[in-house]
Amino acid sequence: MAQTTLSNKPLLQQAPVFPRRAMQILGRGVTYLIILALCVLFGYPLFWTLMSSLKTIPEMFSFPPILIPAAPQWSNYWTVLNIDYPVGRWFMNSVLIVILTSFGTLITSSLVAYSFARFEYRGRDILFMITLSTMMLPAQVTLIPQFVLFYRLGWVNTHLPLWVPHWFGGGAFAIFLMRQFFLTLPLDLDEAALIDGAGYFRIFWSILMPLCKPVLATLAIITIIASWSDFLGPLIYLNTPEKFTVSVGLQFFNAVPEVGGEPMQHLLMAACVMSMVPIILMFFFGQRFFVQGIVMSGIKG
Amino acid sequence: MAVAETGAPARGAPDSKASLLSRLVGAQTPFQTKRAVWGYIYAAPWILGLIIFWGGPILASFYFGFTEYAVIGSPKFTGLSNYVRAFSGDELFWPSLGRTFTFAGLYIPFAVGGALVLAVLLNQKLMGTTLFRTLFFVPHLIPAVALAVVWTFLLAPRVGPVNEFLRAIGISEPPGWLASRDSALASVTMINVWAAMGGNTMLIFLAGLQGVPQELYDAASIDGGGAWAKFRHVTLPMLTPTIFFNVVLAVIGALKVFTTAWVATQGGPSYATWFFALHIYFQAFQYFRLGYGSALAWVLAAVLLFFTWVQVRYSRRWVHYEGG
Repeated sequence: MAQTTLSNKPLLQQAPVFPRRAMQILGRGVTYLIILALCVLFGYPLFWTLMSSLKTIPEMFSFPPILIPAAPQWSNYWTVLNIDYPVGRWFMNSVLIVILTSFGTLITSSLVAYSFARFEYRGRDILFMITLSTMMLPAQVTLIPQFVLFYRLGWVNTHLPLWVPHWFGGGAFAIFLMRQFFLTLPLDLDEAALIDGAGYFRIFWSILMPLCKPVLATLAIITIIASWSDFLGPLIYLNTPEKFTVSVGLQFFNAVPEVGGEPMQHLLMAACVMSMVPIILMFFFGQRFFVQGIVMSGIKG
Repeated sequence: MAVAETGAPARGAPDSKASLLSRLVGAQTPFQTKRAVWGYIYAAPWILGLIIFWGGPILASFYFGFTEYAVIGSPKFTGLSNYVRAFSGDELFWPSLGRTFTFAGLYIPFAVGGALVLAVLLNQKLMGTTLFRTLFFVPHLIPAVALAVVWTFLLAPRVGPVNEFLRAIGISEPPGWLASRDSALASVTMINVWAAMGGNTMLIFLAGLQGVPQELYDAASIDGGGAWAKFRHVTLPMLTPTIFFNVVLAVIGALKVFTTAWVATQGGPSYATWFFALHIYFQAFQYFRLGYGSALAWVLAAVLLFFTWVQVRYSRRWVHYEGG
């Protein structure tokens, strides 16, 4: 009361401001609540999977269901590597294919992008248009003849069809991403090196590539994620469990989760977690590059 | 001078002695010719790749579409019979195409709309945004097979945690999800939306949101616009190019839906999730009807191209380009 009479002026200023401020705080609170609910929506299934991978079989199928196992069975992660299915092999196969695919993509797509970005020759722009248009075609169209090709080469049930094609330019997206990045690098760099007597490969390898590290990291992450999760390719080309990748292996395990008559669903969950962890960790440490890359391809595309 | 020669070649008189090679590669001076040849050499892996893995297969696939072919032996020309069979003799063709459209019709609005909502929420500059962004993104990183396996367990009708939760809040007869004919398609859609919402689509929206100039929001505030008015009359119109881009990508993704359905339901129960891509896979790689599979693949390509064309054609009506 005393305050009101003493200082009328500040109150006048405050009066219209106060409800607005309250609205803002309320708005923030509601936003946080929504985000929290979304965190549960996206996080809970993952948490549940992790918990399930630490259960015993009776806990896995108890009714009513339980979320947190009485004693976490960390040994599940060891056991799953020693069951009749060659789970360890699946991981090794996937790692090998991912490495070969990524190197092929990174090396050849940057060479091709260097050509598109820095050289002038007849047909270059048409070639680039064709490159972009391959992104529009569904993979199913080329899949069947490619299968015939690899079948004729005797490559079915080997890992070759899964990584060799990536050594031929790495695909339209990789080339496009690298080209866009090369175009942002000043031409003066090339010219200065040329005057100093460097050859084109030297310019590419010693001058431009070191500057491409961020975009190479982006491309590596995108390629690794795609290659690690690829399912259709391994499904078509691989027939024997020893050759499987993680994706086809998990599918195989999921279809027959009883090994030797014994239910193995808890181990299946452990294998699922193992298939997610490397990718999630990599994203966690490399997300700066990843986000940049998506934004670059999305905005300029 | 070397600089002039390398950087922007001076447009002098055309070299009268231009060799055949120079003219072939579209160059004028020997220096440019050499450069152009190097350009071809660096592009060579992809030129080869285009021929071996794209051009050749596209032609072959087109031809296979008119043949009967089972890997062993050689393709037997049968004219249009594959296409006739697809349109009038294959009882799974139209239903699988229809199911794929139903999936796309459900998936695209939820995945793209959901991603937009998430991006707008994250764009409020709250504390912990990076952490939330990472968490929202994680489902997108899960290998599709693991995603399908995990959700099969989560949605298990009797012991699954989702139905346990539904029973706890008083729904005594929760749906059978993937195990029931009536809900399998919706369940597969839900799984895909869950995985896609916080993924690349959201990141692209976030980037788009950051490109909306602050002045527009300030102007809207001065005119007395509330949060909703700002969203409706500033954010949405400014984001239309981004929305367009994301919708085009979502259509392409939706028409190719395969892995989640294949792993979670194998197209069942009683064909409820037998999508077009599954139909192609089964025809080509289970029954080894490579000719028929190729014809189906071209139908998919035609559908995809048609929808993309329609979208580009009608985008002018609703997509707002700054200064364009």
